[in-house]
Amino acid sequence: MSAPFAKLPNWAEYGLIPVINLVVAFLISGLVVLFAGENPFKAAYLMVSGAFGSGEGIGYTLYYATNFIFAGLAVAVAFHAGLFNIGVEGQAYVGGIGVAAAALTFDATLPWYLVFVLAVIGGAIMGALWALIPAWLQAYRGSHIVITTIMFNYISYALMLWMLINVYKPLGSMAPQSRTFGPGGEVPKLDWLLAIFGLDNRNSPFNLTFLLALLAAFLVWVLIWRSRLGYEIRTLGFSAGAARYAGIYEKRITIITMLISGGLAGLLAINSIMGDQHRIQQEFVSGAGFVGIAVALMGRSHPIGIVLASILFGMLYQGGAEIAFDMPNISRDMIVVIQGLVILFAGALEHLFRPWVVEAFARARLRSATGTGGA
Amino acid sequence: MSELAIELKGIDKSFGPVHANKNIDLKVRKGTIHGIIGENGAGKSTLMSILYGFYQADKGDIHIGGTKANIKDPSGAIASGIGMVHQHFMLVENFTVLENVMLGAEDSPILNKGIAKARNELKRLEDEYEMEVDPDALIEELPVGIQQRVEILKALFRGAEILILDEPTGVLTPAEADHLFRILGQLKAQGKTVIFITHKLREIMAITDEVSVMRRGEIVATRETAKTSVEELAELMVGRRVLLRVEKGEAKPEGVKLAVRNLTVKDSRGVTMVDNVSFDVRAGEIVGIAGVAGNGQSELLEAISGMRRAVSGSVELNGEDTDATGHRDPAGLRKRGLAHVPEDRHHMGLVLKFEESENSILGYHDDPKYGRAGLLNVDAIRADAQAKIEQYDIRPPNPRLKTANFSGGNQQKIVLAREMERDPIVLIIGQPTRGVDVGAIEFIHRRIIEMRDAGKAILLVSVELDEIRSLADRILVMFAGRVVGERSPETPEGEIGLLMAGVEQKLEAAE
Repeated sequence: MSAPFAKLPNWAEYGLIPVINLVVAFLISGLVVLFAGENPFKAAYLMVSGAFGSGEGIGYTLYYATNFIFAGLAVAVAFHAGLFNIGVEGQAYVGGIGVAAAALTFDATLPWYLVFVLAVIGGAIMGALWALIPAWLQAYRGSHIVITTIMFNYISYALMLWMLINVYKPLGSMAPQSRTFGPGGEVPKLDWLLAIFGLDNRNSPFNLTFLLALLAAFLVWVLIWRSRLGYEIRTLGFSAGAARYAGIYEKRITIITMLISGGLAGLLAINSIMGDQHRIQQEFVSGAGFVGIAVALMGRSHPIGIVLASILFGMLYQGGAEIAFDMPNISRDMIVVIQGLVILFAGALEHLFRPWVVEAFARARLRSATGTGGA
Repeated sequence: MSELAIELKGIDKSFGPVHANKNIDLKVRKGTIHGIIGENGAGKSTLMSILYGFYQADKGDIHIGGTKANIKDPSGAIASGIGMVHQHFMLVENFTVLENVMLGAEDSPILNKGIAKARNELKRLEDEYEMEVDPDALIEELPVGIQQRVEILKALFRGAEILILDEPTGVLTPAEADHLFRILGQLKAQGKTVIFITHKLREIMAITDEVSVMRRGEIVATRETAKTSVEELAELMVGRRVLLRVEKGEAKPEGVKLAVRNLTVKDSRGVTMVDNVSFDVRAGEIVGIAGVAGNGQSELLEAISGMRRAVSGSVELNGEDTDATGHRDPAGLRKRGLAHVPEDRHHMGLVLKFEESENSILGYHDDPKYGRAGLLNVDAIRADAQAKIEQYDIRPPNPRLKTANFSGGNQQKIVLAREMERDPIVLIIGQPTRGVDVGAIEFIHRRIIEMRDAGKAILLVSVELDEIRSLADRILVMFAGRVVGERSPETPEGEIGLLMAGVEQKLEAAE
């Protein structure tokens, strides 16, 4: 009967449409560069070579991607239950409190791999707790989770500042940050991984947390598509009525899903705190939680898509920094504009070109079917 | 008489790979009631949506009153004198009748002048077509039959000469439907043209002058109603001979398996929807609940199946209490042998975006045979789904296809297979054949009788009185939340119809 949203083949749904969105985003970005008085082709070259042209560039790209994978997974898990978790930024921030607690307590006494495990636990628990309050408010009081999670981002900034000044700051120090961790609080870099491909990581902070992110991506896939809990999460996300019919409790799933989402967000903190800075300081999340929304949208809430989209955004961050460095007319803000265009086309406008693609496919199908006598 | 109100020439429409309308030619004569009948998915709604300007045809022309019309959107259709009464009313619930009738035809930004004019015009229309409605009543306070009248008035107010009614009787009592038919007769007498879309053969026979049958996007036949029969139309619709009556033997009821006692249920707004209802269902019998939609049947099913908490009363399943007023636990009741085919498969019985196999375990996903330790064994689930697909002849036979891509009948079979193959003790079924094509109806009815003969206690709720009468061994009639009578299936339809309309209305009619 009426099926205006006809099905596309998977390769078109998950490959062609994102690529079209990206190409358009880059074309418009090219115009922006052109108006700024620079050569867009040169900018494109700088971006790609900056992100992938050297071992260090790749290291930085993957370091950024690590943050985005955690954030994207956190957003995606909540998406599957029909929840829009905009609070990943704050949950990752608060997760840092747990990570720092593990590192500061045990960095002198335990080897890094045990501290790492404790940091995973601490980060996940703190992130999950920060998500629990909005989740509870949504489930039992009907406060909309979009609003509460946004608000909790702001509360997290204040909480972190208080923690830094009153708890983590060493006596006599002027900076709102903790002391630098000892060797137990440092997650090893992945120089060896890049070395396999003949690349030199040099100074980039690319570290073991990347592998943790890939593991998390795999576990999220198992959770969503191969577990009973994931089945219940998806049922609720697609149809609250069907969940009620099946005896799946909306409140329970809402809370559990947000705990998992917040926990994933909390893990993000390890990458920067133990993998790069080796101390906790302000604004170490630096917007990755929000990029996670775009990553989840672009990756269609599927772990593979999220990993790919994260690497793309890692490239935008790293390559964008190169452009800003090399092109005097392109400021750091211009790079934000380009990133924004990609988010706009790949995330918010993901269905913009879909109807035309569907039409083109239908026409092609009709042409091949006229000879054989219709569908 | 032979003047044409509408002529469609070669209308063709595809949605992606779905060819919804194939080269359709249709002639509707002026001043007649023209029926369009066909199974769900035959393309009736698409064709009418093209005529009303919701969709554009890929090919073909529309001629209205002999001239070619270029209908781009509904306002174009209205300008051409076409009005449409949708299956789901397009009324603003908290506006008055008058405000709804005026909506979109206010004439000027300042309402006062328009209101006075509209009031006069509405009065004139009401008199002309014998459709009394209080212009200042709020829509939400009016019964469904009257709301439908407002929809018709709305179309006439806009100067409609051609009126399209899409499945108009689905929500009406038999008495209200009769009144609607009288109104349509009036309209015809005044020279209006009516297109009447339905899947109910009897209505076609009762009021149309001509009928066109649609099947798989094509008009397969147009007949003068007086010269055709129910049997011929059914055969044209399905493309083969159909058994319209259900063959069934005598019921052999045994022990009580479902006992409902003094059950009272309120809806989410706190309105009492089920009012002190008591009945039993025995093993090996089908108890049918007849009634117009919205008289508490949905809430009754939800309370029995554990989806909704009852305010008071009790439900016993196989001799054990189910704590109907306490903790809701549909999953626990399922384990105790209660299977539930919900009324609304789109919003309850199925997750349309799931693969077929994923829906084949909905509600039973905790069963150990689908996987260990919190994980799901996808291979086992797909194999299980495949077996059910074969057993119930679900088409296309692909457990990995998205459920939304199955037809209504096949979707319903997915639900039935899931619930019936669990060997339940009690089976409660809501609207087993709503939106299901005639071919599948036959199959579903046969399966329900087989379940009865296998000793299941079956509670059947349907708004299709014919269905209740042909399947049930006992009929309970619900009106305004109460069971207002029990009848045998042999009881004349008129008597049950009066009960469905409520005793109060019966008294009014006697005055």
